[in-house]
Amino acid sequence: MDFTFNEEQTLIQDQVDQFVQKEYDWETRQSLSNSDLGFGESNWQKFAELGWLGISVSEDSGGFGGSAIESMLIMEAFGKGLVVEPFLETMIMAGSLIDNHGSDEQKSLVLEPAISGEMHLALAYAEPQSRFNLSDVVTEAKADGENYILNGYKSVVMNGPSANKVIISARTSGSQLDENGITLFIVDSDSNGLAKTNYKTVDGRRASDLTLENVSVSKDNIIGSLDSGFEILDSAIDKAILAISAEAVGAMEVLYKTTVEYTKTREQFGTSIGKFQVLQHRMVDMFMEYEQCKSLLYMATMKHEEGAPDAKKAISGLKYQVGKAGKFIGQQAVQLHGGMGVTDELNVGHYFKRLTTVGTIFGNTDYHLKKYTSL
Amino acid sequence: MDLKFSEADVTFREEVINFLETEYPDDIKEKQDKRIPLEKDEIVRWQQILNKKGWFAINWPTEYTNHEELSVTQKYILQEELAKANTPTNIPFGVGMCAPVVYTFGTDEQKEKFLPSILNSEVWWCQGYSEPGSGSDLASLKTKAELKGDKYIVNGAKTWTTLAQHADWIFCLVRTETTDIKQEGISFLLIDMKTPGIEVKPIITIDGSHEVNMVYFDNVEVPAENLVGEQGQGWNIAKFLLAHERSGIAGIAALKRELTRLKDLSSDIPLGEGTLLEDVQFRNKIEETEIELTATEFTELRTLAAMSQGGSPGAESSILKIKGTELQQTISELFVEMLAYYAHPFYLENEIGTNETVGPDYAAPVMPHYLNYRKVTIYGGSNEIQRNVISKAILGL
Repeated sequence: MDFTFNEEQTLIQDQVDQFVQKEYDWETRQSLSNSDLGFGESNWQKFAELGWLGISVSEDSGGFGGSAIESMLIMEAFGKGLVVEPFLETMIMAGSLIDNHGSDEQKSLVLEPAISGEMHLALAYAEPQSRFNLSDVVTEAKADGENYILNGYKSVVMNGPSANKVIISARTSGSQLDENGITLFIVDSDSNGLAKTNYKTVDGRRASDLTLENVSVSKDNIIGSLDSGFEILDSAIDKAILAISAEAVGAMEVLYKTTVEYTKTREQFGTSIGKFQVLQHRMVDMFMEYEQCKSLLYMATMKHEEGAPDAKKAISGLKYQVGKAGKFIGQQAVQLHGGMGVTDELNVGHYFKRLTTVGTIFGNTDYHLKKYTSL
Repeated sequence: MDLKFSEADVTFREEVINFLETEYPDDIKEKQDKRIPLEKDEIVRWQQILNKKGWFAINWPTEYTNHEELSVTQKYILQEELAKANTPTNIPFGVGMCAPVVYTFGTDEQKEKFLPSILNSEVWWCQGYSEPGSGSDLASLKTKAELKGDKYIVNGAKTWTTLAQHADWIFCLVRTETTDIKQEGISFLLIDMKTPGIEVKPIITIDGSHEVNMVYFDNVEVPAENLVGEQGQGWNIAKFLLAHERSGIAGIAALKRELTRLKDLSSDIPLGEGTLLEDVQFRNKIEETEIELTATEFTELRTLAAMSQGGSPGAESSILKIKGTELQQTISELFVEMLAYYAHPFYLENEIGTNETVGPDYAAPVMPHYLNYRKVTIYGGSNEIQRNVISKAILGL
């Protein structure tokens, strides 16, 4: 057993930490989040140049052959700065899916441009009725010669507005809740019949709802094989859960530390409020919840890397803990900052908002507790 | 002991229901049902309709309202039916906060000057309590009022002042003396917001709304006759007012409505082969909340019954503040949980209720409400402070 990072991993960790500390102060983050694009295009190019985008992509697919550990380190550092660049959406959710299951042609047409920063991607799996169930798919795709015709609706597609291509889950056979009969298609954003409704999300990022009306997609754009998209999707979401949990752990660290610092300096009743035992114990609990998340994050990431038989169970356990701890730490950070905690001006409320959405994305605590029990 | 309503109470309930059917304006109802924030004139219009019927200032002594006094049970029925119909909540700063201070501690001139315009909602008030350096430790406040001739000269800053941007007057706690015991140098002053030297600056909260403000005072001249009670008596008035504020803070009737709404909406959300409401995990949370809510409702009823026997709300109101606000947060959280991904799209107040939004038509205000309601365990004396009050005043620790 070994919890240390190798030399390359330590290097990337330092590099990303430095970027967040030196080039991503709070004002910068807010102006990027509030810009039309919703993130910094020059940052994205920088990530590409530094090799961060392709770091966890296999060498066969044009990446640098790192593991989920490298992605974890990047995401944890991003979480500390509440980085809004869509690394999770483009590289983990969509990118890893093509890396593991895409054809050579798909890798060269989609993944390589993504690694070099020229293309943005999104993964559209949720529908209005599906909540967190990846196999609840009503959007349908019907064969039409060499093509498939897609009709349906996809909900809250993260990074939807910027994505040049969207991976869409659609039903090619079976009934609404069946795991079999789901197929993944790579669809051009400018396809005829595909309409995006774009909006800002509460965590300062961007998403879209997609309407598909007779969108024609070549069968070359099927990822993996027909009717067998569920497992591919499910394993991409597992990777995404590891990544978003790492981001959450980074955000939690900032929140508990910021709260501790604040209570040392905020004076009421002639003393710093950090001297009050009720607040001390609250912050100790925040700190412990953070540590517990970090432990499960390392454990689940390593199990996933090793292909352990209980890796999926570990990932659901992690996501449950992240949802629970994220809520507690976020809410208490706001509470202990008093009125300042609910202002838009202070960063604390924004970390709280991101932890709130992270608690829902890819399944909330109820969903993962149930899944954990079933595995 | 008896839980049954008398025949007279049943008749009263029918009267309230009939009143709402005929008098609750359709345009306001539509906005309320869609959770679209109301304009000031709409709130005023509704408060005036209530007042005409004698159902606005229901806690005032009848000599100031010229209306019949309602019994505790009637007040309970009225509030329950108003909440069920989802009518606008009264803005409390005038009718529920400033007025009780004026009719309890004010001079006859002050009563004549201020009470009628509060009663008909012509004059809007806001509350000048917290300061940047004085939150939980309210008595450490520094905003200074110096008596010069027949005027107080006020300098300082107040914060978290709700609706100051719409208010005509502000009631303030100010420091009139520097004393060894900080509570003894505080006075209660009424200030016209149009007085030169007052500046209001918005504070935007995490839900993106503008509800609270900073209010700055730069050599603001206030007639000495606007002092309520004696100079240096302000802290006693503040304590009286905080107890009053807390006693209505639970908002039980509205919470019952929201919990019912949560059940209705979640029974329409498919989950696998069933609905979200049928999901054991979600349902248990709703039921736990319902039990806690019922307990809080009856704790409030017991407090109100004691008050009607001549008691005054004391530390018991802290129980209601804690339980009520925790329930408000729990229910707002369950709404977010119910919506799942559709709680995430972010809309400003002016986009709520328009065609711009995605997801279910009730989705847009849900997350802003959850975020905004993190304030309720902080304001009115944080829940940590309330627990201190209970521990000291009730448990004697």
